[in-house]
Parts: sequence; C-alpha cells; structure tokens
Amino acid sequence: MRFVVPFVLAFAAAVATSAASDDPAVIAIAGPQSPATLSAFGFFDGGAARPSGRLIPYELRTPLFSDYAAKQRFIYVPEGTQIGADADGKLIFPIGSALIKSFGYPAKSGGLNVIETRVLLHQAQGWVALPYVWRADGKDADLRVGGTRVPVTFAHGGNDLSVNYSVPNKNQCKQCHSAAGNIMPIGPVWQNMAFPRPADARTIVKAVPALARLQPYPKWDDSRTGSLDDRARQYLKVNCGHCHAPQGSASNSGLFLDGSATGAAALGVGKRPVAAGRASGDLDFIIAPGQPDQSILIKRMESTDPGIAMPELGRSTVHEEGVELLRQWIAAMPSNTH
Amino acid sequence: MRIRELLFVGAAFCALVQPASAKTIAVSPGEGAQERLQEALIAAEPGDVVELAAGRFKLSDGLSLDVNKVTVKGQGGSITILDFSGQQGAGEGLLVTSDDVVLRDFAVENSKGDGIKSKGADRIVYHKLRVEWTGGPLATNGAYGIYPVESKDVLIDSVFVRGASDAGIYVGQSRNIVVRHSTAVENVAGIEIENSFDADVHDNIATRNTGGVLVFDLPNLPQMGGHNVRIFDNIIVNNMTPNFAPKGNIVANVPTGTGVMVMANRRVEIFDNVIGENGTTNIMIVGYRFPFQDHKYDPLPREVSIWDNQHSRAGWDPKFRGGTEIAAAMGGSFPAIFWDGAGGSEYTPVIQDDVPALSLGLKDVAADTAMAQPAPMARATSRPAGLPTIVLPEAMEAAVR
Repeated sequence: MRFVVPFVLAFAAAVATSAASDDPAVIAIAGPQSPATLSAFGFFDGGAARPSGRLIPYELRTPLFSDYAAKQRFIYVPEGTQIGADADGKLIFPIGSALIKSFGYPAKSGGLNVIETRVLLHQAQGWVALPYVWRADGKDADLRVGGTRVPVTFAHGGNDLSVNYSVPNKNQCKQCHSAAGNIMPIGPVWQNMAFPRPADARTIVKAVPALARLQPYPKWDDSRTGSLDDRARQYLKVNCGHCHAPQGSASNSGLFLDGSATGAAALGVGKRPVAAGRASGDLDFIIAPGQPDQSILIKRMESTDPGIAMPELGRSTVHEEGVELLRQWIAAMPSNTH
Repeated sequence: MRIRELLFVGAAFCALVQPASAKTIAVSPGEGAQERLQEALIAAEPGDVVELAAGRFKLSDGLSLDVNKVTVKGQGGSITILDFSGQQGAGEGLLVTSDDVVLRDFAVENSKGDGIKSKGADRIVYHKLRVEWTGGPLATNGAYGIYPVESKDVLIDSVFVRGASDAGIYVGQSRNIVVRHSTAVENVAGIEIENSFDADVHDNIATRNTGGVLVFDLPNLPQMGGHNVRIFDNIIVNNMTPNFAPKGNIVANVPTGTGVMVMANRRVEIFDNVIGENGTTNIMIVGYRFPFQDHKYDPLPREVSIWDNQHSRAGWDPKFRGGTEIAAAMGGSFPAIFWDGAGGSEYTPVIQDDVPALSLGLKDVAADTAMAQPAPMARATSRPAGLPTIVLPEAMEAAVR
C-alpha cells in the first residue's frame, strides 16, 4: 500500500491543479509520460533566449565546469507553492517544480547558441531528469533520452577551441544526480546561489528567514571571496562532490570530495589509488602534498582520455583555470602532512 | 466518491504489482548504434530482454543500464561485439546500476576504461561474455575487464577476459560471490577478489597473467575486512606475463610469476587447484606493506588454509627484493608456497600441500623482504573446518542453465 498512496495523491493533485490552471507545465511535469518536446512545458516562448516570466533565473557562485559551456539556470514552481530550505541552505522544491538548465556557447553574431536544455522534474515519486536538444531553427527542443554529441567550436582565451560536446543520456543524468540510487538536484544550495532579480531572493528569504544568516560560499575564481583552501575545496565540492560522496556514484573509491571527508586520506591526501588503473599514470597518491605534478588528481583533470579523465562525464576539454587553482592548492600543502 | 476511490486504488495496485508483459527489444549494429542501443537500455522495463543482433556495434560513448530485471543478450561472445575503440567518454564500456540484471552472450572490446562495471547492482549475472583488449597486454588498456562493485550476490560464469591492465575479473567491496568456469588470460591480475566477503572462485583457468588469482584487502575504503574466500578446482599456470600495470596501482606490486596471492584477508581456503609454472611462487601470503592511517584496517592475513593442491614447477625466477638471494640459498629455486611471516606464529597459515613452504620471518608487515630470515614451514597435521559453499538465489542459477 505504501506505493499506492503517493500515486493516488499525485493523481488527485494533478487533477485538482490542472483543473484550476491553464499552465501546461503542471501536466507535463507530473508525468508519467515524458514530453517529446520541450515546448510542452511552456518554459520558453518559442526559443531558448525567451524564458517564460514564470521562471526564476539563478546563477551559481561556483559552477560545474562543462567544456566552457555557458549555462542559463531557472527554477519553476507551481502557482501557489513556495520554495523552502533546510538548515544547511539546501533548497526544498515542492512537488510539481522543475529545475531547468540550458547549455550553449556564445554565437559569433552575439547572444548564446543554445545546444540543449536539461530539466529536472519533481514528480510525486521523486525527481526525473530529461535532456532536450534544440533544433537547428532554435524554435523547440526534442527529447533525446539516449544522449548525443554535437561538435562545437568556440573562442576561448584568444583561440578557437573545438569540442565534441556531449549531451548526456538519461542514465548519465542520474549518474551525477544520484544519492543512494535516487535522482536529486545537486546545485541549488542557497550559499552558492545568486539571483539576478532581487525580488526572487527576497521571496525565498521571506519564507525561510534563517537563510539570511548563512554566509555565501566562495567563488572559486575570486580570491576576495575566500582563502585558497576554501576556494579549492568549493571547486572540488561542485565539480567532483556529486559522485565522490558516501552515497554517490564513486562511493566505492573512498575518496570523498563533497565536504564530508573527516581525515586526510578521504580527501585524497596521501591516499593510494584503488581502481584508477592506468589513470594513476605511474603516480602513487591522489594528492601528494606540495607536489601537484605527483598528484593523480591533477593528472586526471589534465587528461581528456576517457580512460583517465575526471570528471568522467561532461568534459572533453581541460579546465585550465580550475587545474591552476588546484595546482596552487596542492603546492601550498606542507609536504609532511601524511 | 468512496467507491470511485477504492476502484482507483485497486486499479493502481494491480498496475503496480503485475509487471507489464515482458518484451524483447531488438537492436542491430549499424548507423546510430550508440543512440539506438542506449535508448533501448533506457526504454527497457523490468522483465524485458534487450537483444543484440550479431555483428559489430561501433560505439562512441559508454553505455549504461539502470532498470531492474533486464537481460541484455547477444548472439555469442565471438559474433555480437560492442566495439569501444572509438569511445569518447565515460569511464567504462557498459555500466550497470540496477538489480537482477543478466548480461550474456556478447563481447566488449577495447573500452578506454573498464570493460563492464556494475555498481550497487545486486544479483547480477555475467554469463558467456568476452571482454578483451585485442592488442594483448598493454599499459594503455583499461583497468578492469569485468568489474562488479558494492553488490550483493554476484555470479560470473563462463566469461573470457584478456588484456586488463589491472584485473581481468575484479570483484570489489561485495558479498556472496561466485566466479566459475571462466578464463583470464594476459591480464596483470587474472581474477581478483578485493575487500569482499564470502566468495567461491572455482573451475577457472588463469594463465599468462602476471598473477593468477588475488585475494586482497586494502585500507581507506567503505568496505574493509575481506574474509571467507575459497579458491578451488582452478588451473592457475604459467602466469609469467611481465607486470604491465602502471606504477601506483596496487597490482603493480604483484611479482611477475605469481600463482595465488593473498594479502591482508581473513579465512581464505586454497585447495584442489592445479598450480604451476609460476616463476616467483605458486602461493604467496602477505600483509599490506604500505603506510596507512585507518584504525579500522587490519593489514595482516590470517586463517589461511592450503591443502590438496597439485603443484608443478615454481620459483625459478622470484621477482621481489631478496628473492633471488633466498632462491640461491635454497639451491636455486624459491619454494612453491611462502608467507611473509609478519604478525608471528598465531598468523601462521595452515599448509598441507606436499611441497616446500617457507616463512620469510619478517619482523613486521612493512619490513624489507631483503631482510628476510627465511625458515621452512612444517606441514600442518590438521586444519580447521571448511567454509560453507556459497549459495546464490535460485533465479541467478536458473539464468545460466
């Protein structure tokens, strides 16, 4: 019976709200069918550059690196509902909510050439992740549960970089977004978020006043916002901690970069590789304090070979600036800390 | 209203308890194989079979399966081939993260990382699979061929694995495991059971690896304290492929020419195997030698029993520090069985094989083997009661009948 009750409640909720609203998102999010096109949700008004006024845009102070893609993030909550938060600042979204993230590269003509939009839907049974790929005319995007690759060339640091951009398949969405086998949002923690429309932040704080007392997390690339150690750990948390967590996809590694590590070894310091295979690259330790060149963590971040590269998904080019931050961090560690 | 509610609950309940009628989703090689196969693995529902046609699937990315009770079935390990030589992303060829999955009758070739990995996938069956790096032993090959981890009830039956730069068949941090009727060739480690509980490894062939069968326990991992492993009825011969693991990996320390190596495990039984033509030794029992900071970890092997193995030549070229000198002192050859001696007499393995066995007499687990104080070990007159046979859920056995 415990399976039946939420199902019935969801059905009742869907019927009740759909009767009261002409918002197409309500039915599209509720499932169980996955809409074949992004337009079914009504999140965009005929193109990725025209988000609906119902969406709440937000940014992350330290974002996940995805091949230098620019990202546009939005929250959708059903009418009459409210975003909450737990004591750690992790936002709580009512059932019927969605997190929406578009990925793209600056177009030569200006603006953003959006490749895909991923949605995380909060259904009654849990979260569901779906990838949508925009059509060539940019008017709508199609569901691609099997993922795909899109060749992209973009300007970076005065040069043109070419990558075979990876749209994740539905399972890969879950690989990163899983906690103990269930899909979860990763990013939306209050201390790491910024809201371009101040009223959105005020609404959330009004509902959860305790948020106002939380200190913002450092920006990984801004030394005024935190120490080298703080910024490096925040970078690791955002870029690695979704898998390298006790309940994450890389739990078996014993390397925990989500902030949960209590000892040096769990953070990688003086830790020998377990299942790294050739990715160890003849090095002995994940992090060799004081020696970035001797640290497997750096070697794997600097590789684009799928048998070596970390993160395993969503990266086919090297994040030079992120590597530099972690090189400085490891170089600054006293070499006798293990 | 009440009646309608009840009806609805009843209907919903039926829908939930009765699995949708099982179907077969057929996938062929050719244009768009990557997306077609991946979409089939996503669209599959519990009870379904994803059937792979004969031929070569040229894949550009890793594949993954996250639906319970799905069978992925090819037409045979030599004719249905998942070819990952053009792989651009993902850490393995095929990743399984759901329960009650059966993988059978296909091959995985030349994946960039691991071959097939299953994580947190309980009751998984690997049957009649081939995982191969076709260039043979190369340091640039992926780490593990068949790689279940963090799983309960694992059956690996009649698989062939070649070329893994770590272990061909590797079972990590799992429990209740059977590895049988399989062949591991030209890997660094043929078969490795690591940080796992309750495993039977039997009726396998491990040959031309660096080390044939390894039973290890390592520190700083969520599951430690590996124990209750039986190695029996295997053929573990001629494991003389020079170690090609990248340094830093624990298996890079396996001496070329090792038959069976037990490191830091408790209750390991090695019996009724044919073991020979291994240049370092046929059976080696050692502690974990590296520094570690993990108070929950025990680096010493204990309660190891060895009996009724049929040995042939071993020890003519021991590949560890001090090995050559000991061999010379013993008349040119290192014994077929040795123990590092760390921990003292209470850790002494029970050995009933009719071959010379040696303790290196190391004063502690990290002592230099060049400082060994070798002493012959007496043949034990009795041994403790044996471990029970591993029993898997009947549905798993039925899947391979």
